[in-house]
Amino acid sequence: MRRSWFLTIAATLGFAFLYAPIISLVVFSFNESSLVTVWSGFSTKWYGALLADPQILGAAWLSLQVAFVAATIAVVLGTLCAVALVRFRRFRGRTMLAATVAAPLVMPDVITGLSLLLLFVAMEGILGWPAGRGLMTIIIAHATFCMAYVVVVVQSRLTDLDLSLEEAAMDLGATPVRVFFDITLPIIAPALISGWLLAFTLSLDDLVIASFVSGPGSSTLPMVIFSKVRLGVSPDVNALATIIIGFVTLGVVAATLLQRRSRPKHPLP
Amino acid sequence: MVKNPQLAIDTRPWRDPTATPFVRLRNVTKKFGDIFAVSDVSLDIYKSELFCLLGGSGSGKSTLLRMLAGFEQPTAGTIEIDGQDMTHVPPYNRPVNMMFQSYALFPHMNVEQNIAYGLKRDGLPRAEIAERVAELLTLVKLQGYGARKPHQLSGGQRQRVALARALAKRPKLLLLDEPLGALDKKLREETQFELVKIQETLGVTFIVVTHDQEEAMSLATRIGVMDQGEIAMIGEPTDIYEFPNSKFVAGFIGSVNMVEGVVTEDEPGHIRIRSEELGCDIYVGHGVDCAPDQRLSWAIRPEKLALSRERPAGLFDANVTQGTVEEISYLGDVSVYQVLLASGKRLRVTQTNTMRGNPDAITWDEAVYLTWGDSAGSVLTV
Amino acid sequence: MSSHDTHHAPPPRPRVWSGVERALAAVGISGKALVIAAPAIWLTVFFLVPLAVVFGISLTIKQFGRPPYTPLLTNEEGTVQLTLHLNNYLRLFTDQLYVAAYLNSAKIAFISTVITLLIGYPMAYVIGRAPDQWRNILLMLVILPFWTSFLLRVYALSGFMRGNGVINQFLALFGIEPLVMMQTDFAVYVGIVYTYLPFMILPLYTNLVKLDGTLLEASADLGARPVRTFLSITLPLSMPGILAGSMLVFIPAIGEFVIPALLGGPGTLMIGRVLWDEFFANTNWPRAAAVAIAMLVVVVIPVMLLQRAQDAMRDKEQAS
Repeated sequence: MRRSWFLTIAATLGFAFLYAPIISLVVFSFNESSLVTVWSGFSTKWYGALLADPQILGAAWLSLQVAFVAATIAVVLGTLCAVALVRFRRFRGRTMLAATVAAPLVMPDVITGLSLLLLFVAMEGILGWPAGRGLMTIIIAHATFCMAYVVVVVQSRLTDLDLSLEEAAMDLGATPVRVFFDITLPIIAPALISGWLLAFTLSLDDLVIASFVSGPGSSTLPMVIFSKVRLGVSPDVNALATIIIGFVTLGVVAATLLQRRSRPKHPLP
Repeated sequence: MVKNPQLAIDTRPWRDPTATPFVRLRNVTKKFGDIFAVSDVSLDIYKSELFCLLGGSGSGKSTLLRMLAGFEQPTAGTIEIDGQDMTHVPPYNRPVNMMFQSYALFPHMNVEQNIAYGLKRDGLPRAEIAERVAELLTLVKLQGYGARKPHQLSGGQRQRVALARALAKRPKLLLLDEPLGALDKKLREETQFELVKIQETLGVTFIVVTHDQEEAMSLATRIGVMDQGEIAMIGEPTDIYEFPNSKFVAGFIGSVNMVEGVVTEDEPGHIRIRSEELGCDIYVGHGVDCAPDQRLSWAIRPEKLALSRERPAGLFDANVTQGTVEEISYLGDVSVYQVLLASGKRLRVTQTNTMRGNPDAITWDEAVYLTWGDSAGSVLTV
Repeated sequence: MSSHDTHHAPPPRPRVWSGVERALAAVGISGKALVIAAPAIWLTVFFLVPLAVVFGISLTIKQFGRPPYTPLLTNEEGTVQLTLHLNNYLRLFTDQLYVAAYLNSAKIAFISTVITLLIGYPMAYVIGRAPDQWRNILLMLVILPFWTSFLLRVYALSGFMRGNGVINQFLALFGIEPLVMMQTDFAVYVGIVYTYLPFMILPLYTNLVKLDGTLLEASADLGARPVRTFLSITLPLSMPGILAGSMLVFIPAIGEFVIPALLGGPGTLMIGRVLWDEFFANTNWPRAAAVAIAMLVVVVIPVMLLQRAQDAMRDKEQAS
């Protein structure tokens, strides 16, 4: 295929556009002065400031906890949902379930966040639970909207899974539950893992929903960052960004290498 | 395929009216929405048979197999296996095992684990399982391959693992879904032979589903030809081929020359058919259940027709016609002649090339005579 | 060879799962029902019920106290009264702010989607037609920003576009006056395009990578120049990818909050921001709820119907 120079240039510009701000972010995290965009010298002092800031560290810890738990809940419920949608034949409420689980994908965060907050407030009024908002409410909110993404990932893998593998297991004497744990789960495990990672990232990154459903004393990392950058630039945020970018890059590169190495030479069953 | 002398004519159970069938399907019907995939099928299969369900796509053969395995529930009818009603029993509780068309080997388990899976489900002790697995690997000639994963095996090897896995639990009934479909021609012939040998040695009842007539003819003790959800004919391969019961069956297996005619004489010992297509009369040397002046069809296989340059002495002034050789396909062992008759009808004739490089062989555009015996063809009323 | 005997399989040893299954069956609940019930109950409680609550609260009005809205049902001296205030909805239609915000959101989302498509298509095309090793690296480069924090990327962009930001410093080298980019609609466009670019590229890529190269060769063989091949062959065949990518950008863009909040000015009216301000700045929960319901009706539901129609079309195509 003759590659047109026009396309190549357009693509290169596109990639440059994608990465320029990120690179500038990283570069200026090492900037001496607090004028984030005017270079005055190399310094790592912002990293020091970052690591000494209890607000940011506390928020980071909270976010990690929330993300971990929410991702796990999302994967469990999402997988059950995907199994129901793909493997079970018509059941009452099927379209309803499919629509409900897909809805968060198209719903703006503000609506999801608002609705959950109003629910929690109403529940508190009637049932007395949840008493005030905090870790628990954020986890519930995140699990709910992350589930939608997990279902998409797992559902697509499940539909590709050859039904005859599960039938063969049943033929050999395995009950449906056994089939799920012996055959289905091990084979779709990579999809579950990527679903978990996706849910983890989305939870870690969420600002809007967390803002609605969190309570006093439970600020997530994005909330802290948002309040800082709303007022102007903040170089310790640059440092934080660089650290996060560093982790993500390592993770993505590692994942890509792992995928390449274990790439099966035959089509997936 | 020469059958084991044990299964000589007098011991074939389906010919014994007092024998009890091993698998009994009674009025089995399966509807998907408004479509009848299987329509009122009744079938008896006897122990140690190698029964083939033969049909094109959409004939219902795979659906029938899946109902026997338990993956589909019949809309109506019953399925009995070894005297027990299995119609609504789930697949994991049936003494039936299946060899899948795609083999369905568990990709995350190695060969040994695949074969052992069914035995583990039965809760057998580990030592016993290991012994059985070794036994099966020897049976399918894959000793030493136990630790390999499916993706490290060739197509033929995967098939043998699938067979071993299906035989592991000593099922009463083994179902095979297009077992030879994925193999190339050479491998297919070898595997056909091995499959029959294994079946005869173990005595397991096999039900094979296939669309390949050659496969069915060479494997089966009996064949059930299916068409659009119904059974068209059940019989031994010779019966199906030489004595088809309908135009469909005659046309489905092998090649056939189909001719229309009118009955002119209807006697207990013979009938005579006048055929404009053939340009002569057909004399059939046995009685046929038909009426005078009835329109019917007559089918004759290409290898039952004889070609000659000189006019042969026809029987009863019938069974001889003439035409011109239009086309010859030389296939090495046989030659297929396409002969154009005066009426415009084309007949297909096969002749074995018994003489090497015959200089006097019949060739294109030659005028030839065709003749056949008085019971060489089948009279078909449906 | 051991002769075959009708070996009756020993009954399976009772195992935990089968015991649990039997117990459930005794109560009339199948395992299947549980599998469906767990996510279904969660979603009902934490997704459907909240939407109902939002609807209910949109029919109340703001008042001071906890909670900051009037009750729907009051029970005084044995008289139960259901009070529905339609104020909020009326205001949605009469107050220019809301209508303008909706229209503006749609406009911004639409334009951003188009720009994202124009930038993302060449990138997806190059990646899709690239040789194998390159393709993986390029894909990784596209996905990487996606996994990085969305918020931080918008922040990075703000640093770029500030009065003394990188772009203006660069322009200053050529003696060009600093451009005002922050707090404008333009910044919002850039922001949306920037953050949603991976969402456009990935579906496009998935579609383009499956494009049969021999089709393009056949077109060239029949005398079509590259541009014509593109317009007649590539473009129509990549339509599903274009639609998928556009949906993935347009829909979330309409309800965006973070980007207009950080990059837009007071004049950049977007409905997500309006909802946020109603809630946090004005503490007018009922009004915010009404805005949310209106958003659902005007945006979300039509989109879901559109997707359903799209899926139905695709299924029909595959069946034929």
